Amino acid sequence: MSHYAMVIDTRLCIGCCDCVVACKTENKVPEGLNRDWVVEATRGTYPDLTTEFRSERCNHCSHATCVYNCPTGASHYWNGSNIVLVDPNKCTGCKACIAACPYDARLIMHPGGYIDKCTFCHHRVEKGLDPACVSTCPTRCMYFGLLDDPSSTVSELLRTREHKVLHPETGNEPNVYYLT
Amino acid sequence: MLEEILVSARSNPHVDPLVSVWGWEISVYLFMGGLTAGVMFFSALMLLLNKEKEAPFAVNGLALLGPVVLSLGMTTLFLDLEHKLFVWRFYTTFEPTSPMSWGAWILVLFYPVGILQVLSTLRGGYPLIGNLVDDIRPVAALLDLCERYRRPIAWMAIPIAVSLGIYTGILLSAFSARPFWNTGILGPLFLVSGLSTGAALTALIARHQGEKRLFTLIDAWLIVVELLLVALLLINLSTGARPQLEAVAHLMGGDYTIWFWGVFITLGLMVPLLLEWFEVRGMLRKLAVLAPVLVLLGGYVLRVIAVDLGQETTWTDYPSEFNTQLLERLH
Repeated sequence: MSHYAMVIDTRLCIGCCDCVVACKTENKVPEGLNRDWVVEATRGTYPDLTTEFRSERCNHCSHATCVYNCPTGASHYWNGSNIVLVDPNKCTGCKACIAACPYDARLIMHPGGYIDKCTFCHHRVEKGLDPACVSTCPTRCMYFGLLDDPSSTVSELLRTREHKVLHPETGNEPNVYYLT
Repeated sequence: MLEEILVSARSNPHVDPLVSVWGWEISVYLFMGGLTAGVMFFSALMLLLNKEKEAPFAVNGLALLGPVVLSLGMTTLFLDLEHKLFVWRFYTTFEPTSPMSWGAWILVLFYPVGILQVLSTLRGGYPLIGNLVDDIRPVAALLDLCERYRRPIAWMAIPIAVSLGIYTGILLSAFSARPFWNTGILGPLFLVSGLSTGAALTALIARHQGEKRLFTLIDAWLIVVELLLVALLLINLSTGARPQLEAVAHLMGGDYTIWFWGVFITLGLMVPLLLEWFEVRGMLRKLAVLAPVLVLLGGYVLRVIAVDLGQETTWTDYPSEFNTQLLERLH
């Protein structure tokens, strides 16, 4: 199985939201909907404050509760990888996957009535390209690649840098990593 | 201090600011599903126990309500689907990890058995309709056949009723992402609540005084069990991890306190339990209508609280800096 991961360096990210715009443009995301977003986390007490910017999206979990809770198999893993996709032709719009995501909002409702979500730009990944958000990042703080390959940039970064994932305690095994 | 805010715009429908994917359609369906389970269970049980004399309505008339009530519930369930034309997709697969998929197939099993149950008791319960259809020979033969096998039919009905009742709770409890739902007690609680509403409805409709009293007594015991399960639920949640503690805080002084303690526990369980206790002892007969009505109300309110509060409970919650109303000004 291909194990894809996204690694985002929170020390380089400046919260410009270009990734959000790139996603909307690349995937023609309908107005008012977002597949990715940026969170600003401020820690500490003035004047000892630290700021962290995080570009967030579907975590393409290795244990994706949205896939397990889908009653029709519409939520599925793409080509035996950990990329979670939704097949509109199987989706009944029951919304169980939205409720099943511990990260709230990894999945959104398309005006057509089916569930739409971040695809890790699998249409680009197929051609050997990076997802739109990664390739557009002006600070080059985002990386995408295979964790199966020990020589990939993402593997190298996770080996050498301190990192975290969001809410590992959910047990979902998310695959978007943040370098801290 | 840690403050996390969204700095990009996000107002995904059903997700922001709080997850609210399921509304009244799902609460009504879960209530009707439980009620149907109760109706099917008691009509089959009374028949198997040969209680035709003591409970004539339960044995002969009650079964008809099953398919009627469940069909109403399934209508609201269908209304909730956003991609309605693809509803048939539930039946091109079976997904063992999804309780909703189990439920979809349980509903398919329900109808044939539920209808056989109705046919096997139609003449006894609804003699007017029975006489009418008896003139049509194939129908009369079908009724004869069903009546001959009414006990095996009732035996089939029991596990289907229990599956239907318990799955409505397991459906919610299987969401690890929703701390309020993620407790195994929800299955048994919804089952017992469904049986209790079924017994209450029977007590409400039955004309035979002995039958009313029998179902009032059954319901009182079910309410006692339900209260114990609610206590277990509260113990479970209030000894859980942070997300569950935050969930139970909504019931303990939070925004669901009045609905939970005032409407569900007091009006929906305690008051009817007291009324039923008096009624079984032959007192307060004039108030006999009130207890079952309150039990039905309580059953529905339990589903509303479960569906609404469960969705609000979460692992992640970012306040948004983004004012969604600004979007409208773009036009």
